[in-house]
Amino acid sequence: MIKYSETHEYVRVEGEFGFIGVSDYAQKQLGNVVYVDMPEVGDELEAGEDFGAIESVKAASDLIAPVSGEVVEINEALEENPRLVNADAMANWIVKVKIADPEQLSELMDEEQYAAFCASH
Amino acid sequence: MNRELYGKLVFELSRQGRRGYRLPDNHIPDNFTPADDTVPEIPDNLLRRDALTLPECDELTVVRHYNNMSTNNFGVDTGFYPLGSCTMKYNPKINEEMATHRAFTRTHPAAPQQDVQGNLKLYHTLQTYLSEIGGMAEFTLNPFAGAHGELTGLMVIRAYHDSRNDRQRRKVIVPDSAHGTNPASAAVAGLEVVEVKSRPDGTVDVDDLRPLLDETVAAVMMTNPNTLGLFERNIPEIARLAHEAGALMYYDGANLNPMLGIARPGDMGFDVMHINLHKTFSTPHGGGGPGSGPVGVRAGLEQFLPLPRVEKIEAPDGGEAYRLVTESTEALGAVSATLGNFAVQARALAYILSLGSEGLMQVGPLATLNANYIKESLKDDYLLPIEGVCKHEFVFDGLRDKSTGVTTLNIAKRLLDHGYHAPTIYFPLLFHESLMIEPTETESKETLDSFIEVMHDIAREARETPDVVLTAPHNTPIAHPDDTAAALNPVTTFTL
Amino acid sequence: MHRYFPHTAGEIEQMLARCGVSKIADLYSDVPPQLMLAEPYRLPAEMSETEVREFFDTLADMNRPLKACFAGGGFYDHYTPAVASSIASRSEFLTAYTPYQPEISQGTLQYIFEYQTMMSRLTGLEISNASMYDGATATAEAMMMAVAAGRKKRRVLVSATINPAVRAVVDTYARFHGVEIETVKETDGVTDLTDLARLLDAHNDVAGVIMPQPNFYGIVENLDGVADMVHAKKALLIMNCVAADLATLRTPGEWGADIACGDAQSLGIPLSYGGPYLGYLCATKALMRKMPGRIVGATTDGEGRRCFVLTLQAREQHIRREKATSNICSNQGLMTLFVAVCMSLLGTAGLREAAYRGHQTACYLLDSLLKAGRCRLRFPDKPFLNEFLLETEVDVDMLISRCMEQGILPGIKLGENLLLMAATEMQTREDVDRLTAIYKSLC
Repeated sequence: MIKYSETHEYVRVEGEFGFIGVSDYAQKQLGNVVYVDMPEVGDELEAGEDFGAIESVKAASDLIAPVSGEVVEINEALEENPRLVNADAMANWIVKVKIADPEQLSELMDEEQYAAFCASH
Repeated sequence: MNRELYGKLVFELSRQGRRGYRLPDNHIPDNFTPADDTVPEIPDNLLRRDALTLPECDELTVVRHYNNMSTNNFGVDTGFYPLGSCTMKYNPKINEEMATHRAFTRTHPAAPQQDVQGNLKLYHTLQTYLSEIGGMAEFTLNPFAGAHGELTGLMVIRAYHDSRNDRQRRKVIVPDSAHGTNPASAAVAGLEVVEVKSRPDGTVDVDDLRPLLDETVAAVMMTNPNTLGLFERNIPEIARLAHEAGALMYYDGANLNPMLGIARPGDMGFDVMHINLHKTFSTPHGGGGPGSGPVGVRAGLEQFLPLPRVEKIEAPDGGEAYRLVTESTEALGAVSATLGNFAVQARALAYILSLGSEGLMQVGPLATLNANYIKESLKDDYLLPIEGVCKHEFVFDGLRDKSTGVTTLNIAKRLLDHGYHAPTIYFPLLFHESLMIEPTETESKETLDSFIEVMHDIAREARETPDVVLTAPHNTPIAHPDDTAAALNPVTTFTL
Repeated sequence: MHRYFPHTAGEIEQMLARCGVSKIADLYSDVPPQLMLAEPYRLPAEMSETEVREFFDTLADMNRPLKACFAGGGFYDHYTPAVASSIASRSEFLTAYTPYQPEISQGTLQYIFEYQTMMSRLTGLEISNASMYDGATATAEAMMMAVAAGRKKRRVLVSATINPAVRAVVDTYARFHGVEIETVKETDGVTDLTDLARLLDAHNDVAGVIMPQPNFYGIVENLDGVADMVHAKKALLIMNCVAADLATLRTPGEWGADIACGDAQSLGIPLSYGGPYLGYLCATKALMRKMPGRIVGATTDGEGRRCFVLTLQAREQHIRREKATSNICSNQGLMTLFVAVCMSLLGTAGLREAAYRGHQTACYLLDSLLKAGRCRLRFPDKPFLNEFLLETEVDVDMLISRCMEQGILPGIKLGENLLLMAATEMQTREDVDRLTAIYKSLC
């Protein structure tokens, strides 16, 4: 299951874990990504709060957590090569969290809703 | 400007054994040793071990190097610099002469006050003149730059509310057209930013503002005219509403130039303001600094200004004298270790004296005339999103003809080929293709006409031969630098 | 028309016609009439250059000429090469804006890159910005940087031996920015490292520790073990140093500091009664993206030529407007040029020779005063480079005023009988002897 937030983060749910990244739409808007500022393993994310930032040459934006949870892994490959986000935003998640409250997922958009959301903005 | 890239670095000119200095002889013999035990030795572990590699160059090599480097730079003295919101006016040469007077440059900030009365008088005189121009009671000249002035001004406002035990006021209302520095200054000052929307005519929406004003608002921060170059005609009403809600009005002086000779922020209802001496008062921008951002306050707020302040007193002989105020329980504290960028202040004072009252009265009107002249001359080719008179600057939303694929960035780069600096681009954020033009009062009609002609040419090229514009610049020392590579793997120092 | 305005009456007519109005006032029709200035500013009338010169000459005459300056306190009377002033007055550099258009700003970008390289080498830290106003605000920025890097930690420890003028600015920023400042005690003129250990133990929210080098009394402090102590608590070590001294003294990099900051005035910028100066801020590579202000990076252009651009700037302009940890939005361009030129001329040998001579003159000065009597070094066993605190029974105010009669500023009064004295390569044996003679006359 993949869910999206209005700030263009996605969370791909696998069991009790969620893989959080930015959507393909977001990476296109940003252009060439040059840096991803990630939290540390063990940090607690809170839904709606920023947990890092993503920078391109022309823009930069906060990363907003779509769900709450503890960071269990970060995608270290992005430290070396942040442009992986441009290559495949969905495959190159940013953090893996242990989802604290699965209820929060119901407040996010599914694929179809998100597509409509992007089209209207 | 030299359109061939010079490009060398001083490290590449270094040759072992060359030197570019001779220090004065202090006449102390090399074999001088202090009496036993009077001077403690510096132990080896407190000394530098790593070799320090700096250039080794003779004097002429250094002079040619930097002179050649300078030829790849574009300044106001090179040509027209219509950079919006930056007020790139002529920087008079007499100002430089005054600021580098040895009687001023050779004074230490800790000098006894009676030995630097000239400096203190200079500071106080400029402070008084700025108060007259701003319609304020007193200015501090201590802030080092416009952003530093904003920060200081917001600190004054917090100190004021704190003094009244009104500590829940932590919000600053800024229009959505505000300079990006405003919210950043607010955040550094521990305040929270709330945006107020603009109406379709580009000015603040009073109806949107009204409900935002409550007992948590510390200040309303505005520039007037705003970043679209439009006068906020509802300013008396906005100030009244803000004051009724217990908030103070902050004037971001970035756009003060068109108000010279017209109206004073103090009379508009502003309580605190800053001025960029490097914009309105002609001190050179220096490639980014040093600037100076004096902060003025209306009567009743003087005690909150940062320390030190300069005060005029009566001398023992009955004449005038000046002294530093270094202690006060109400002052917000210190924002600088000294009285600010003194040599920049000297330049601004020289400028005010050179213009005099009459000259200053003409600055705003002529700057506004120049801006309107360009706007009216180009609005057939460029999209003017808001009709009507502007002040010192205005904003186009790119080309009128949106079918060409030519963007504001392309236009900016094409202007470089023609010997102009680019306008401010992609700001304000209200439009997608913002192109913000500010000509200033020191530009002649011929200069404006040539610029207008080139802008028309670019619009024609965009229709007829768009590739020329899309691939610009073609005639600059470098072209199309790889920003992505620079940011992906930053190289910020020279290594062999 | 004034000589700065090119408009002729005829041109104004033509321009107004283009604008579709008959007089300039019509362009201000949107300004409410009650706001319009009713009369001209109450300011002096227009002056010619000659009159402006006379005005400033009158002010200049009210200053007492300074022949020899033994005052420091963070700002030192160093040699300024004529070349530096000459280059910095070139209008291509002087009248340019922040280098937003790299195609026509390679001059500015290139000298900033040179400056960054020199400062990085001087401090022993990889990254330098070019954006700080002065040493005090640079230290406040370093504090905010540590707090931003420390995420939720909001406490910063500052040594009691730091320059109080720097401390005052740090305190102001901290108060408004919501940072808790705590003072590390001083013992015998140096930071009490036992107290530092105690404070680091007592709190779990220390984001950074600020240490001066040399400290306010001119003492070169021994910071052995400090970096380890600070890093063990995951805090950052910030060192506030006199820039020129780093050619001689162990560098922040060598001490294991994360951030170096301070004033670069000592690298050749004239005293000018307090400004403009230049703050420097250097950091380890790990902190590169937390640096406030402008950083110039090297890249290549479309034809493969090496060139320079402002980099890492997306973040500062677009991100966290509301959560900004700095509002710095330009660079201190011309002053970085000034310092780059001075360092190009002096080189390592010149900086070290200047430091040596300053030290030599300071030693000679101290030796002369000690021989004259009724004074001692306030902290007798502590090493200094070119500045020391003298304790004397002589009336310090009287000494300062007698010396100033001869154009000698003997130091900065720090207390009833305390005088902070500094020497550089600019004062001579004769200056010292004159000062000592006055001192003797007051003994």
